[in-house]
Amino acid sequence: MAAIAGPKPVSADTKRRYLVQRVGFALLTVAALVVVLPILYVIGSIVVQGIAAINWEFLFGMPRDGMKAGGIWPAIVGTIVLTISTAVISIPIGVGGAIYLSEYARDTKLTRSIRLALVNLAGIPSVVYGLFGLGMFVIFLGFGTSIVAGALTLAIMTLPVMISAAEEALRAVPMEFRTVSASLGGTRWQGVSRIVLPQALPGIITGVILGLLRVMGETAPILFTVAAFYLPRLPTSPLDQTMALPYHLYVISTQVPGMPPKMQYGTALVLLVFVLSLNLLATLIRSYFRRRRQW
Amino acid sequence: MTAASKPVAAARSRWSDFAFEALVRVAGFSSVLFVVLIFLFLLREGVPAFFEVPLQNLFGTRWYPTFDQFGTMPLILGSLLVTFTAIVISLPLGVATAVFVREVAPGWAREILKPLIEVLAGIPSVVLGFFGMTVLAPTIRQGLGMPTGLTAFTGAVLLAYMALPTIISVAEDALDAVPKSYRDASLAMGATHWQTIWRVVVPAARSGILTAVMLGLGRAIGETMAVMMVTGNAARMPTTLDSVFRPARTMTATIAAEMGEVAQGSTHYHVLFGIGILLFLITFLINLAAASAILQKRRRGGLR
Repeated sequence: MAAIAGPKPVSADTKRRYLVQRVGFALLTVAALVVVLPILYVIGSIVVQGIAAINWEFLFGMPRDGMKAGGIWPAIVGTIVLTISTAVISIPIGVGGAIYLSEYARDTKLTRSIRLALVNLAGIPSVVYGLFGLGMFVIFLGFGTSIVAGALTLAIMTLPVMISAAEEALRAVPMEFRTVSASLGGTRWQGVSRIVLPQALPGIITGVILGLLRVMGETAPILFTVAAFYLPRLPTSPLDQTMALPYHLYVISTQVPGMPPKMQYGTALVLLVFVLSLNLLATLIRSYFRRRRQW
Repeated sequence: MTAASKPVAAARSRWSDFAFEALVRVAGFSSVLFVVLIFLFLLREGVPAFFEVPLQNLFGTRWYPTFDQFGTMPLILGSLLVTFTAIVISLPLGVATAVFVREVAPGWAREILKPLIEVLAGIPSVVLGFFGMTVLAPTIRQGLGMPTGLTAFTGAVLLAYMALPTIISVAEDALDAVPKSYRDASLAMGATHWQTIWRVVVPAARSGILTAVMLGLGRAIGETMAVMMVTGNAARMPTTLDSVFRPARTMTATIAAEMGEVAQGSTHYHVLFGIGILLFLITFLINLAAASAILQKRRRGGLR
């Protein structure tokens, strides 16, 4: 073999292989575009057609004429009330559960049963949560079709999202933080509550928001537990029914003949704005604190 | 600190430590309690169906509850048809996108793609259903020259997009877990990047990709609102080849559409809960399989 070879001549085979690669990469790009462009189209068309419906009366008025005119205020309020009630119930359980899993639980059969339960909860179809809420909260506990029943159902549904996000945030806090706290004579709880929890807080908040965002857009679990078809007044007690944005959108796009499309798009837009702004908030919190984090 | 106060403080913190540990333990185990409660309540309301309706009727082919025909076969097959069509669409699309994001895309493209896919995961299913009704269904009707655009296929397209975020992110993790040395070895032997991807990286990640498919499947079979709004809700047996392009009705849509109108405690009510039990068991098995695959990987030090 010659000691010094010139540049190797490019064989026909190599050329062919690189041609295949170029075509292949182009196809992958097309696939990614096929995934992404419809998302942009859906959001874009809802924004463009929905914005025409948005005005003071639409946002803050009561529905009139069998929902064909007027506003969606009760549905907006209903969604906000439901989301907040769900948060109040699910945050203590979710964050507590995450603290247990990350700080206290050892890898035993019993702990693994919690993980199994979480996997299972995450997979249960939303409409089955609705059935459960109907069976347990509405009928068995006698709450009736009410905000309490709906919020309890939604809270259980959102637990797996919250717990897994919060646990991940807690586990990301370096072990040294805990050992240093212990070496200064802090008890385990002091270490958790004063050192680990504050450090993990941004991550936990992100997880909570992501969980609640799902709650906000859910329709199936509230169908039989809280949602009112047409109720042009605001809820006054936790045992009231209420309208809600996702259910309202379902109703006006399938159950009301002759519904003006403008109002349908407007309702979809309001719901989308709620969900996407929470999404954005979660992303901002995450990236802001990730940049500031010193470990 | 005086000698007297120290034991008191220690005792107090030991006591509060105990209390807080007990509290978070309860919070942790509550999820087990919830799963058990969900299953028990489904059984409580659903099991009577098996006594009230003869099995032959229950697994028959005719779903006409007003005439006491509770054949769930068209609903089960409808769910399977829509779900599998959705996976057939979303698997290649999802894996290709994951490969693109992970292996090919330049940094800026990744920065745009990933948040957009997250946004897709956040769009409420009722909004997608609304879009499916107003835009997708008419397009499909015209495109296929069908009398209606509300078909199993329309539902499957929506479901495919709803399953995509799950499939893409899990498949991405799986690709990420393939050791760099595999790629290096393949490239060093003169393989192109493209050959490395499809002959080395993707095969090495195939169990993770399988997990992605199963999680997507679980998500798709339980989806309710979008499917109910666009599949046309005709409880017919999908026996002919063109069933995909005909209206269909899924288990989830049946529950959502009919539960509001049945009398509590009636046979119809019990049967709807019975369908709920079936859905619970199906998604439980799918997710169990996916989870055990993930846990096994983690124990062997893969996937991470």
